[in-house]
Amino acid sequence: MRKTDGSDVPIRRRPVRSFVRATAGAAAAALLLGAPAASASADEPAPGRTLARQAVEEREHWNTTDHSKHEELQAEFHAGPEVTRACLSCHTEASLQFHQTIHWTWADPFADPAKRNGKGGWTVNNFCINIHSNEPRCTCCHAGYGWKDDTFDFTDQNRVDCLVCHEQTGTYVKFPAGAGNPAAEEMVFKGNGKTYYPPDWNRVAQSVGRPTRRNCGVCHFDGGGGDGVKHGDLDSSLREPNRELDVHMGTDGEDFDCVRCHTTRGHLIAGRIYSTPAAPDRRSLIEDDLAPKIMCESCHSDKPHKPGVKANDHTDKVACQSCHIPTFGRGLPTKMWWDWSKAGNKKDGKPYTEKGPYDRPVYDTKKGEFVWAVDVVPEYAWFNGSIPTLTAADEIDPGSTPVRVSWPLGARSDPNSRIFPFKVHRGKQPYDTENKTFLVPHLFGKPDSDAYWAHYDWQRALVSGQRAAGLPFSGKFDFIETSFVYPTTHMVVPKERSLACEECHADEARLANLTGFYMPGRDRSRPVDVGGWGLVGFSVVAVAVHGSIRFVSYGSRKRKGGRKGGNDAAKEERS
Amino acid sequence: MNARERLVTIYLYTRFERFWHWVQAALILTLILTGLEIHGTFTLLGFDRAVEIHNFVGVSWLILFVFIVFWLLTTGEWKQYIPTSKRMYDVVCHYSIGIFQGKPHPIQKCVDRKHNPVQRLVYLTIAAILLPIQMVTGLLYFTYNHWEAWGIDFLGLAGVASVHMIMAFFLLAYLVVHLYMTTTGHTLSSHIAAMWTGRDLVVEGTTVEDWERAKDKT
Repeated sequence: MRKTDGSDVPIRRRPVRSFVRATAGAAAAALLLGAPAASASADEPAPGRTLARQAVEEREHWNTTDHSKHEELQAEFHAGPEVTRACLSCHTEASLQFHQTIHWTWADPFADPAKRNGKGGWTVNNFCINIHSNEPRCTCCHAGYGWKDDTFDFTDQNRVDCLVCHEQTGTYVKFPAGAGNPAAEEMVFKGNGKTYYPPDWNRVAQSVGRPTRRNCGVCHFDGGGGDGVKHGDLDSSLREPNRELDVHMGTDGEDFDCVRCHTTRGHLIAGRIYSTPAAPDRRSLIEDDLAPKIMCESCHSDKPHKPGVKANDHTDKVACQSCHIPTFGRGLPTKMWWDWSKAGNKKDGKPYTEKGPYDRPVYDTKKGEFVWAVDVVPEYAWFNGSIPTLTAADEIDPGSTPVRVSWPLGARSDPNSRIFPFKVHRGKQPYDTENKTFLVPHLFGKPDSDAYWAHYDWQRALVSGQRAAGLPFSGKFDFIETSFVYPTTHMVVPKERSLACEECHADEARLANLTGFYMPGRDRSRPVDVGGWGLVGFSVVAVAVHGSIRFVSYGSRKRKGGRKGGNDAAKEERS
Repeated sequence: MNARERLVTIYLYTRFERFWHWVQAALILTLILTGLEIHGTFTLLGFDRAVEIHNFVGVSWLILFVFIVFWLLTTGEWKQYIPTSKRMYDVVCHYSIGIFQGKPHPIQKCVDRKHNPVQRLVYLTIAAILLPIQMVTGLLYFTYNHWEAWGIDFLGLAGVASVHMIMAFFLLAYLVVHLYMTTTGHTLSSHIAAMWTGRDLVVEGTTVEDWERAKDKT
């Protein structure tokens, strides 16, 4: 049972802990009775396990308070910033900490600010492309209130939305076009026809606790504007997955929350940020118990299999994900293709959508053509943890399509690179044929705006979008095919379902495109094969000819009944 | 020699010789089979099981090979493999002409002389060159992950794998001929029977010249 009553007291005490205590008790008893020390130490768990257990099992450690008892949270709230002010009365540094994080800035903290890297800057993708001029819609996933245009005050502490990450009722929903605000009154969102209600502010405020899968999923499951759109390995099926879908998060397995691996320090959450790898080096918790728990090796070490198993030798060149995430899109369908050039078609003069397989839209007048897929085999590339992403200010080469909007960095010769599985999303998006840059379309806006979804006029939408982004536009545009990569790292299957060796060690197998190195089962020297089989074939022919002549000559000698040789004499002797 | 020559049964192959011959045969067959599957020639056991078996059998053979060499050295049987060109012409003539005329083998086996000059040459080449190369390349293949630490990563897996494959093809071709040659005894199966029982048929009164003896006369 996941706690839903808003209290911070854990409902469950995991059986494994009582087992550990019982074992420890038995060991202590054995010691008292004079059992040999050696047998007691054999029962002790491995050193790393104790630390790992402490981190997850001792939930009480994180929850020394019951927020429903806090006086500050009894006041009548009417809006998010009021709740935040109450939070800050105790958690004095929380907003200042949060202001430093990418969840707030939507800017790459490691890049030159002038380049404006980050989804709040000029970074583009091949989904909804960029947020400029589209803020009220895009920023419904911002952990803040009221980012509706470029006047948003990033220094206002009360605008931090504590609730979206910390509330535990599951009822706190932001209005999809509310610039990060929940509905102030009962409102219908035209985009999906759903009715949105204002939150029960006091109830959600008093429920707060450590973020769960549900909290993170509010935004991350819906990346790209819908469930499973962006990441094939991150969708709402991970809210309550079974261990078949994700061996770590499975509620019938380890039941990890996101923060079990995405460890947090002062609201900074461990994870990859644009071109910055999630973890700079491969340390396990046994080597360093303060290492960020973001990598498989943090808990499993770089020799995770039984001693002597060949897979242990693979960890230097092959990421764990490559074998242990055989396919993505296993939970829900994921979008593989988005063609903006097909947008704008109407039926009977009206915009329409058309559903295809998996009950997902394959055409939408507003957005163009889509392709969805389930259970998708990833594409593999050498990866050192860095994924550079183009911005709308970068010049592109329209001659080489698909233009890579983002791509994994890495090479076989780089000791930090390993073969890694990716979802590659492809599509067509507008670009400036003169300036050779991607274009920011103004998509979402009021009927009297230049928004594409108001008039279905690309020219107006692109002029408006580029102006909002502060970027030039020649006025000439076309659509160009692009690709965008997502590392596949969630939805790890149970070990018995991991990839068989021959999925890669065979002709035309998964790693067929990764050349430049010898892989047994896939690669072979053609001259050696031709020469070798030639030699074997020659031997077979030679002995066949030799044997036939022997057979024929033996027969003819027998018919003649003439002089018998050694072989024939032997037969005579024996008979 | 004439048609009236008598054949006698002699005890040629000792128990350990027969043991290592057949165990080695089984190991080589398994290695060729699993090796070809790892190479990607066919799918039978599945890649990982083929690799597992190939590695285990390879190491087993290495251990057996040490015992074989030790036995050859301590018993003096290594002298059976001293190469010679004397009378090789006779043997070649026999297999290319005489055998079709029903003539007896020019070199009859005996305890002191188990192999004819062609056999000596072939077996020595296999045992002293081919198999050691196969073992070294196999071990290198097996220890690929340590190459960098050992400072031998200039080798390249493709090269090592190719040499290993070339030797494997030689062995396979040899195996074809070797199996066929077992049929050239006094009966089709007498050579194979000899490798099981240790006893083979030879023409009575076979003489061995001193130079070709594996053992001293005494």
